[in-house]
Amino acid sequence: MPIKVLVAKPGLDGHDRGAKIVARALRDAGMEVVYTGLHQTPEMIVNAAVQEDVDVVGVSILSGAHMTIFPKVMQLLAEQGVDDICVVGGGVIQEDDIPKLKALGVREVFNAEASTQDLIDGIERIVAEYGRDRTRRAAVQTSAP
Amino acid sequence: MQTTETPIADQQREWEQLTLLPFTERRPEAREAFRTQGGAVLERIYTPAHVADVDYARDLGFPGQYPYTRGPYPTMYRAQPWTMRQIAGFGTADDTNARFRYLIAQGQTGISTDFDMPTLMGYDSDDVRSEGEVGREGVAIDSVDDMLDLYAGIDLEQISVSMTINPSAFILFAMYLVVAEERGFDRKKLSGTIQNDIIKEYVAQKEWVYPPRPAMRIVRDTITYSARNLPRYNPVNVSGYHTREAGSTAIQEVAFTLAAGIAYVEEVVKAGIDVDEFAPRLSFFFVSQIDFLEEVAKFRAARRVWARVMKERFGAKKPESMRLRFHCQTAGVSCTAREPLNNIARTAIEALAAVCGGAQSLHTNGYDEALSIPSEPAMKIALRTQQIIADEVGVVGTIDPLGGSYALERLTADIEKACFDYFAEIDKRGGVIACIEDNFFQLELADAAYDLHRRKDAGERQVVGVTKYRDNSANPHVELHHVDEAAAERQLERLRKTRASRDGEAVRRALDELVRVAKSDENIMPATIAAVKARATGGEIINALRPVFGTYVEKPVF
Amino acid sequence: MIAANVSRDLARAISAVENRISDLPVALAQLAANGHHAAVGHADVIGVTGPPGAGKSTLVDRLIEGLRTAGESVAVIAVDPSSPFTQGAVLGDRVRMQRHSGDRGVFIRSMASREGGGGLAPATRDAVRLAEAAGFDVVIVETVGVGQVELEVVAVADLILVVTVPALGDSVQTIKAGLTEIADIFVVNMADRPGANRTALDLRQMVREGQRDIPVLQTIAQDGTGLPALLDAIAARRHGDDSNAVRAVRFEVVRRARDRAVMAALAQLDSADGAGVLDRLRARDITRNDAIDALVALSEGPVHAY
Repeated sequence: MPIKVLVAKPGLDGHDRGAKIVARALRDAGMEVVYTGLHQTPEMIVNAAVQEDVDVVGVSILSGAHMTIFPKVMQLLAEQGVDDICVVGGGVIQEDDIPKLKALGVREVFNAEASTQDLIDGIERIVAEYGRDRTRRAAVQTSAP
Repeated sequence: MQTTETPIADQQREWEQLTLLPFTERRPEAREAFRTQGGAVLERIYTPAHVADVDYARDLGFPGQYPYTRGPYPTMYRAQPWTMRQIAGFGTADDTNARFRYLIAQGQTGISTDFDMPTLMGYDSDDVRSEGEVGREGVAIDSVDDMLDLYAGIDLEQISVSMTINPSAFILFAMYLVVAEERGFDRKKLSGTIQNDIIKEYVAQKEWVYPPRPAMRIVRDTITYSARNLPRYNPVNVSGYHTREAGSTAIQEVAFTLAAGIAYVEEVVKAGIDVDEFAPRLSFFFVSQIDFLEEVAKFRAARRVWARVMKERFGAKKPESMRLRFHCQTAGVSCTAREPLNNIARTAIEALAAVCGGAQSLHTNGYDEALSIPSEPAMKIALRTQQIIADEVGVVGTIDPLGGSYALERLTADIEKACFDYFAEIDKRGGVIACIEDNFFQLELADAAYDLHRRKDAGERQVVGVTKYRDNSANPHVELHHVDEAAAERQLERLRKTRASRDGEAVRRALDELVRVAKSDENIMPATIAAVKARATGGEIINALRPVFGTYVEKPVF
Repeated sequence: MIAANVSRDLARAISAVENRISDLPVALAQLAANGHHAAVGHADVIGVTGPPGAGKSTLVDRLIEGLRTAGESVAVIAVDPSSPFTQGAVLGDRVRMQRHSGDRGVFIRSMASREGGGGLAPATRDAVRLAEAAGFDVVIVETVGVGQVELEVVAVADLILVVTVPALGDSVQTIKAGLTEIADIFVVNMADRPGANRTALDLRQMVREGQRDIPVLQTIAQDGTGLPALLDAIAARRHGDDSNAVRAVRFEVVRRARDRAVMAALAQLDSADGAGVLDRLRARDITRNDAIDALVALSEGPVHAY
């Protein structure tokens, strides 16, 4: 069962080279990647995450607005009762802010110098450790033979 | 350059057999192939044989003369150095105005303005989409009242002002003209530029509001208006910086940029304006990347290609129409977050390449480029870097100092040829706009970016301090620009005041008139200027025109 | 009307069938337990297919807009090919429709084709049924027309839009034979490009020759030109006589039979008996004609000569 990832570009910033390279690299590692496109609001991102039922939401921010965006995303996920979608971040995020993001529930922040392999390994680890229990989700499993 | 090829090639073969081979058998070369940052393979050694096809008179000539390879002016830096133009922009207009004055006091000779994301994208500061972004990555400008404060105390007849603004460029341009008028400056003496290069937005920077075709019409209108009213102003800064930052090769940077230039010229010529009437005021903007030789070659190739295109494709007669002038910025993407002070060295080398390549204007990045918008100390060092090159290094004493280098001339000629190959391909596909709609540039860029990324991952390109010589102790701390979180609130207050003190009815009438003009074939600048003068905000103007021009969603390619 | 928690419940139900955690009846039962049990067959399923680059996603975005204006709720299943090398996928169709993501009456789900080989995902039909159970009035299935497998959309949809773009030169050739058999409506998108009228004409000619009543419409999905006419044509077909259903179903039945027969014949050729016949052929013990008869007899029993 492939890992499904939403790669999201919030806000007005148009630097998507990193996000697109990540999408391609994750595909090459066998994951299914849904790309939101640019200029997403936190609502659009969370709605997409829920409808696509992804394992991971990767938010790519280079504008410095991460302390506005991430809290909103985490809050919206909580409001929708979603507790099994992992959120990770990437882009240009100050070292000092990383602990604050983790305190909100963001599982990992990958800075621009992280290698492709770091990213893939990181996502696999996070899904294994914090992701949904895929067997538990469907309460009623199979119909009677 | 004109040496008979055979004897030197023979000499080289002999050298390879007798001198090189025994040496490499004892100590082989470190790599199979050495490539430039842009991907071209470098020869072990370049000789006259490698440039036998380069003709001095035809391909190099003299500075200030067709084909301008050696420089657009006959004296270049011997007369005066390039414009030192560090970009600035954050918080409210007052905050940025203070930074402008600081930089001018430190010896800067031109102004360059960076706007916040809402202003760049045509949203007012109080729009829901602007939350968290007001005054953060640039200065917040909602109305002409803000711009009056932005350029307060600056003699616009003496100092040229560059504005890095794209889809909303026509609005900020209008504001600039109103500021000049209300402050009593003579239009004819205004010099500066708006970036206003919408084509590269669809390809690389991704700042857009309307779809490509109406956006082209807006750019065309700004060019014709400027050509007719502002003899010293550059209404477009056709840009390659962003394409390169997005991962393109050096060749693609030049080829796609000059192709965009061709598209703009065609658009304006189609509207019935003679090419020599506006072409002299087109300017360009390239990056200066870390690969020194390739960059110098790139700048020279760009000049030669543009000169040939203007002469042969468009039949330009005026020398000024064929002469490519460019602003340059050192490569943001080459700066690291780790060991940021190393970026001072990188920036210095990139700046030197820009100077050896004949740039007219230069912004050098701060060492904190990968971390935040530039702090004052970082900008000071960056400015000093330029000053050191101008006053201490000596290359300004002779024009095109590296001209004639076998390696350089070969690289220059190769880049030129590759550009013309791209132009042929673009023409075959129906032109630049068709290529954007078909994602041709975007696909080329995506592949180049991914290839570069793979080469880095594979260790073919090293980054000192990050992938090589990595010191795993804590990253040295640098003082970053402090984002004033209260600036957003101050800006909202300014916006409220503007809205409260203006004549709402006059604004409505002005916007209605602008919509009428937009639907017609008339030039939109006069109506935009009138709207701006009535204190319509940027967001109000963009919103009023959205139903007329439409919206755009890209088809992403990976 | 679409209930409040539908997005989450439907999304999880689709994941369950896609990942083979539950089969369809179980997933339907789970949805019903959560309060979503709209009648089977009430939704209209529209297939949108055609070659890559035709602007299908942009067109679907406009269809959503039109259907929502008419008060209908819409679910979209957008299928994109999985990489045959890595089994991963980049699913980018959603980008063009994201503006609807806050609208509770719209549900958008991207699916990778997985073992479906590029056309539909094996779970697509189940996903459609689940969307219907969740109460959506219209379910749009978007798939890329590559290879032969896009034709499977016939089994999933009630109405099929085949979307193409103006081509220079001999345009009809670029539309594969199967697609013209199953189309209910042809759409020539990007109709502002050169060749649009020619392409539409060629398609109409082909339709006339096949003696069918299939509209050929031109659209510019980018700005909405031609959408009202397209929405009308869709409405007419949804609520009118389904004259093309018979032809489409016949085509699909024959296609499946042909596929099955091909698989069977190949199996016989590769079997021990088949290999035996081929050895005798090689040794010149039997003629080619006799070899063919013998091999055919293996899979089908004896055939009569023509």
